[in-house]
Amino acid sequence: MAKMNLLQAVNSALDIAMAKNDKVSVFGEDVGHFGGVFRATSGLQEKYGRERCFNTPLVEQGIIGFANGLAAQGSFPVAEIQFGDYIFPAFDQIVNETAKFRYRSGNEFNVGGLTIRTPYGGGIHGGHYHSQSPEAYFAHTPGLKIVMPRNPYQAKGLLLSAIFDPNPVLFLEPKRLYRAAVGEVPEDEYTLPLGKAEVVKEGTDVTIVGWGAQVEVIEKAVALAEKDGVNAEIIDLRSILPWDVDTVAESVMKTGRLVVSQEAPHTMAFGSEVAATIQEKCFLYLESPVMRASGIDTPYPLAHEKEYFSDHLKTYEAIKRSLNY
Amino acid sequence: MAKETTPKTQITSELTVIPAHAVNIPMFQLLKEDGTVHKGAALPEIDKELALKMFNTMQFIRLLDERMFAAQRQGRISFYLSSLGEEAASIGSAAAIDFNDMIMSQYREQGALAFRGFTVDDFMNQLFSNELDLGKGRQMPVHYGSAALNFMTISSPLGTQIPQAAGYAYGQKLDGNKNCTLVYFGEGAASEGDFHAGLNMAAVYKAPVIFFCRNNGYAISTPATEQFAGDGIAPRATGYGMKAIRVDGNDILAVYQATQEARRIALEEGEPVLIEAMSYRMAGHSTSDDPSGYRTKEEEAKWRVKDPMARFQKWLEGKGWMTEEAAAEQMEAHKKAVLAALKKAETVPAPHIDEIITDVYDTPTQLQKEQLEALKEHIRKYPDAYPATAAGVK
Repeated sequence: MAKMNLLQAVNSALDIAMAKNDKVSVFGEDVGHFGGVFRATSGLQEKYGRERCFNTPLVEQGIIGFANGLAAQGSFPVAEIQFGDYIFPAFDQIVNETAKFRYRSGNEFNVGGLTIRTPYGGGIHGGHYHSQSPEAYFAHTPGLKIVMPRNPYQAKGLLLSAIFDPNPVLFLEPKRLYRAAVGEVPEDEYTLPLGKAEVVKEGTDVTIVGWGAQVEVIEKAVALAEKDGVNAEIIDLRSILPWDVDTVAESVMKTGRLVVSQEAPHTMAFGSEVAATIQEKCFLYLESPVMRASGIDTPYPLAHEKEYFSDHLKTYEAIKRSLNY
Repeated sequence: MAKETTPKTQITSELTVIPAHAVNIPMFQLLKEDGTVHKGAALPEIDKELALKMFNTMQFIRLLDERMFAAQRQGRISFYLSSLGEEAASIGSAAAIDFNDMIMSQYREQGALAFRGFTVDDFMNQLFSNELDLGKGRQMPVHYGSAALNFMTISSPLGTQIPQAAGYAYGQKLDGNKNCTLVYFGEGAASEGDFHAGLNMAAVYKAPVIFFCRNNGYAISTPATEQFAGDGIAPRATGYGMKAIRVDGNDILAVYQATQEARRIALEEGEPVLIEAMSYRMAGHSTSDDPSGYRTKEEEAKWRVKDPMARFQKWLEGKGWMTEEAAAEQMEAHKKAVLAALKKAETVPAPHIDEIITDVYDTPTQLQKEQLEALKEHIRKYPDAYPATAAGVK
């Protein structure tokens, strides 16, 4: 075990994957010698050469199109998009190509080796274009897997699974926690399952669901609720697509209440899907409506970042609304 | 729509392979590095008043960049982008066009905006995201914009303004108002799909656009040599059936003349033009960047001697329009003005929380209004957690 921050955990996963299989390559804007603007790919070019870790021209649609081709050829490309906010020029390649490659060819071809890494989320004074949480756009696309880790240990294990999973994976990294989250991480290879949620804390009174950086926010909110005598259960979805309905439903059948806390704007955020599914599965068990704490329905503003953010206080209030309904 | 000027394809039985670097475009320069004029060069007509305004704007921007970079380091603003070493490219080109021509910039052309009349207070209010910022504090520092100054508000995603410029200029052409659009971008952004879409469409529709590429050698850490295999950006124009000029971006007189000619072509000949201004990003990409991780001090030193401001000052001194003493005095005046504006802007409050939902649509939706009311109720409950806006919701 070693103390690692989330960037070091990502770097360690990439290092292990590249050492294990020489068909793994890592590329994106500034990821080569410089090691990426966040330094997630530090040292990889020196270790594995310029053919397997390299800078790309500044063109996101090109990066993902190139990665699709490389994956179709049988490689395991790990393509970095510098910020999640800049992934949209590649939307066509991801939604129409990556996600449909296998289905449209009747499995003659696939891009299962592809992993797309990109930092997402706010709270870093990033304004509109360095703060967004774009997972819901992609969650509307069958054929993709979407993973959002909450801490260094999760990031490494989930990324190693993502790279060698036989399906394309969009791996959204919480940039607010890149250096802020530090934890014990095994130095050797290990994997964590995709599509499987984790009960982070067991409880009896209310279930709180989140993913990625929001789990930390939820933990703070639950600490506040605990002072009121509330024993909350926390579930980290870890995978947005496919998501682990059973773990959430089982928990809600026990607690009778559900709160989803999410960073993205309220309308059509992934919490809407969780709420709809849980009312179908657990209708007779629910003692109050599913509550959501979300960003508000505006672009992510700089000056009002604190006000916009679905922070621990808003999550705490949502927990109270659920309990006092 | 086929262009009459498109040459007819000739038929040949001889297999011809065109060399990869068939188009080799020279760099236009008037002022040598020492500020003297190339022998036999015809200088643009430029009067003393305009020349001094250009120089004064260069000085202001250099001072502003220096102070605000430091202000970020002191934690007074969250972010900054300096245009150090590239002032001639933006100021020389902005000076060569009409005030009613539209400017769409990337994020390193503060010189063009200052030349247009954006005041030191305007800059500061945006940088401090306060309630006087025209953009209502919503965007990161340096994302300026002003409708009154015909300067489109900057967006962070790279290259998006390039096809927009083609559309804007097409509208200008249909209006018949004899104005064009000047669109700035870097050599890195020219890799984006939007660059190719924008140039092609402008060429097809003969939209009066001046595509102005600042080739400053770097896209964050990525050197131009890893960005493209061709000879820079200018030769790409040929592929789109567009005229091109390559100019020394550190020679403000050459930039001025090149842009004047591009504007003439855009409006008189009714065609877009691509200008590639060769320069060097003396600063880091932004305050989040440290260039020592990817380039050498020796490389930077080679470019420092090509400094566009010192070069222009020498020329002005040669004309008898500027002295070292007067230049130093002007710089001191800029310093005082920038520091005073900085202190003032720092104390202006953040935009009122009601502004969080305005301008998403022309009028807020019912749901947004409900979200705002819930937010205000929440802030009243926890005022200490939202210090920027709590006072406004009592």
